[in-house]
Amino acid sequence: MLQVQRAPVVHDVVVIGSGAGGGTTVKVLTDLGINVTLLEAGPMLEPMKDFKEHVWPWEVNHRGSGDHAESYFGKQQWSYWNAPNGYWDVPGEPYSIAAGEEFRWFRSRILGGRTNHYGRISLRFSDYDFKPQAFDGLGFDWPVTYDEMSPWYDKAEEFIGVTGTQEGIRSAPDGKFLPPIAPRVHEMLVQRAGKKLNIPVIPSRMAMLTKSIHGRAACHYCGQCGRGCHTASAFTSSQAMIFPAMKTGKLNIITGAMARELIVNDEGKISAVSYIDKATRTEKQIRARAVVVAASACESARLLLNSKSTKFPNGLANGSGVVGRYLTDTVGYSLGGAVPALENMPRHNCDGIGGMHVYVPWWELDKKNKDFPRGYHIEIGGGFGMPQLGSFRGAAANVGYGAGIKAAARQQYGTNVSFSGRGEMIPNEFSYCEIDNAKVDQWGIPVLKFHWQSQPYEIKMVQHMHDTFTAMIEAMGGRVTNRAFDPAANISKGGQIIHEAGTVRMGDDPKKSALNKWSQAHEVDNLVVADAAPFNGNPDKNVTLTIVANAWRAAEHLADEMKKGNV
Amino acid sequence: MYDHAKPSEPTINPDVSRRDLFRIVGTTLLSAELLSAQDVKDAHAAMAMPSPVTASNVKSLNGGPNYIPKHFNQHHFKTMRHLGDLIMPADATSPAASEAGAAEFIDFLCSRNEDLAAIFDGGLAWLDEFTIHKYGTDFLTSKPAEQTAVLDLAYGTRGGSPETAGGAQFFMWARNMVVDAYYTSPVGVKDIGYMGNTAMSSFSVPQEAADYALKRSPFGS
Repeated sequence: MLQVQRAPVVHDVVVIGSGAGGGTTVKVLTDLGINVTLLEAGPMLEPMKDFKEHVWPWEVNHRGSGDHAESYFGKQQWSYWNAPNGYWDVPGEPYSIAAGEEFRWFRSRILGGRTNHYGRISLRFSDYDFKPQAFDGLGFDWPVTYDEMSPWYDKAEEFIGVTGTQEGIRSAPDGKFLPPIAPRVHEMLVQRAGKKLNIPVIPSRMAMLTKSIHGRAACHYCGQCGRGCHTASAFTSSQAMIFPAMKTGKLNIITGAMARELIVNDEGKISAVSYIDKATRTEKQIRARAVVVAASACESARLLLNSKSTKFPNGLANGSGVVGRYLTDTVGYSLGGAVPALENMPRHNCDGIGGMHVYVPWWELDKKNKDFPRGYHIEIGGGFGMPQLGSFRGAAANVGYGAGIKAAARQQYGTNVSFSGRGEMIPNEFSYCEIDNAKVDQWGIPVLKFHWQSQPYEIKMVQHMHDTFTAMIEAMGGRVTNRAFDPAANISKGGQIIHEAGTVRMGDDPKKSALNKWSQAHEVDNLVVADAAPFNGNPDKNVTLTIVANAWRAAEHLADEMKKGNV
Repeated sequence: MYDHAKPSEPTINPDVSRRDLFRIVGTTLLSAELLSAQDVKDAHAAMAMPSPVTASNVKSLNGGPNYIPKHFNQHHFKTMRHLGDLIMPADATSPAASEAGAAEFIDFLCSRNEDLAAIFDGGLAWLDEFTIHKYGTDFLTSKPAEQTAVLDLAYGTRGGSPETAGGAQFFMWARNMVVDAYYTSPVGVKDIGYMGNTAMSSFSVPQEAADYALKRSPFGS
């Protein structure tokens, strides 16, 4: 007969999830001398084996298509070259979607989670992002202000390393920056287009090291951050936070551990974490003095909702009923253009850091009579990238066959400039997740069911993005290369931008929120949530830097409470 | 604003290869050791060393006359190789598709994917039948002008002519994969002029490149 294995040891803190939030928690707590046990649903990361940095396409027989030509048949989950990162479909781990609605749920099952592959765009939320109701009456105020968060942003930036410059723009608060990186040629054109159109184009704020810090080597500018960086010059929670914490002797990592339920005692406190040991497919329980859940916004909500007991019949810490509600992602739209000024430009190495060297912060904050609230930032793409499968099929198709293909490819190479808008989604009543009681995953754990509705103003924001990008491309003397524009069809789908947030929100009122201002559950004081689930909104400023800052703050508070004997 | 320190030449122990240094640095990271200042220097030195394969040190990916196909029969392999060279012939600056190992690449993937194999087996058979019916001989042994005539029909207009409709899918796949193989090979990377995938101590853009584009742009400078 199968038996649940219960170990008698009581762990100080069990952290569930090893991405930006879990990694930060591990770092902060072990630095403070607290013993941490980290549960990760995926395997250990092995950078030297897992990262394909500096490999040329021809060094593998399939040149990047996958060992069975997967990319040619749309069956490759993500680029072969990317760091191990997960995908929207995880074998054996389904989810449901409300009829007629669309949502895609990205999961990452590897030590370091999504930080192994993310874009590393590191933007502070602004003062109005924390108090949106006071700003324009929409959304929900956070129980913290920008001034309270600012010192934690300082810590986060100083530790992970973020490039940037002091600009004094309200929508893009300045921080503790490493030196910026010089713009590429197409980015110089974008800067000039911005100047002409009165749109600010400023040095990007990215978590890559333009200087060596904290024992991590400075960037060597190969542009391959997405493949994973052997020298850890691009931030990952795995390399920059968890590996060093292993050295302290304070960290115990359990990989292949899929958290199933948080078990409460008679006093209503968490006494143990139940997880499925994937290797043996058996349930194990470890006892804990405190638990930090950082499994990603939706996975954290799922874990709480699946932790039902007589004391917590609606799920743990869910007396308010908000767990799973107010799910948000980013509003995304991209447009590319071909810029003749760049044709046949003298070749040079412009790999730089992986991603843009300049970006556009939101510039119409004070504009009246817009037909959508808040705004978006713009990410810039282009340059002489490493040729890959597919890079020149379009050029070839225009020619037909023969020597003209090479001439067309040479002329086209490096002339494409792309613009991606990343806009704010304001939490709504119709976008949320709940437990689907009729379905379990391969570990026997009830799955999530998603509900998702785009709001009309989001479509209007996409129209504004399209008009702006078109104007930028045309100002550079270029022409738009994308397909015919239809904002309702071209807007990103829910979950596609992989910035889920808001599902275990914080607040001062326990009737309307699950967590207090320290991300500690109102109803269960030895429970902290440390990913993007506590967020009360999802501004146009990618979530990761704020996850790190908020997790840092939550972890220090938890350590304090433990020291005082309150937890 | 972009004032980077002038890059210093990394000092490299000549007995340590780039891969060795990679391993030293990587192992250090993996074992959760913090890098010392020297480690950080070594990491940079390691990255700055020439990659094992660079565009100036290219090995041919052409399997040569003794290549034994993994999937195709000899006739189909030779036909594919020849077709690849017609799709992407040599010009004044770079060699033809065979030098990029295009047929070998397709052959390899056909050995790994039966849907792909069906497209190429069927397509190559169709190509021979079409040429035999039209010119009395298979594609490979037909005259250069006849081969060109077939390709003009197949690729002359987008989607091909009605006459070559039976081979349309194959022709599209053949061109896509030949072009893909070309630019993911050393000769293709050299031809297109990609100069990265290496390490730099600092990042900057050559003034002549910036001037070139700005002068050609509506901004003028």
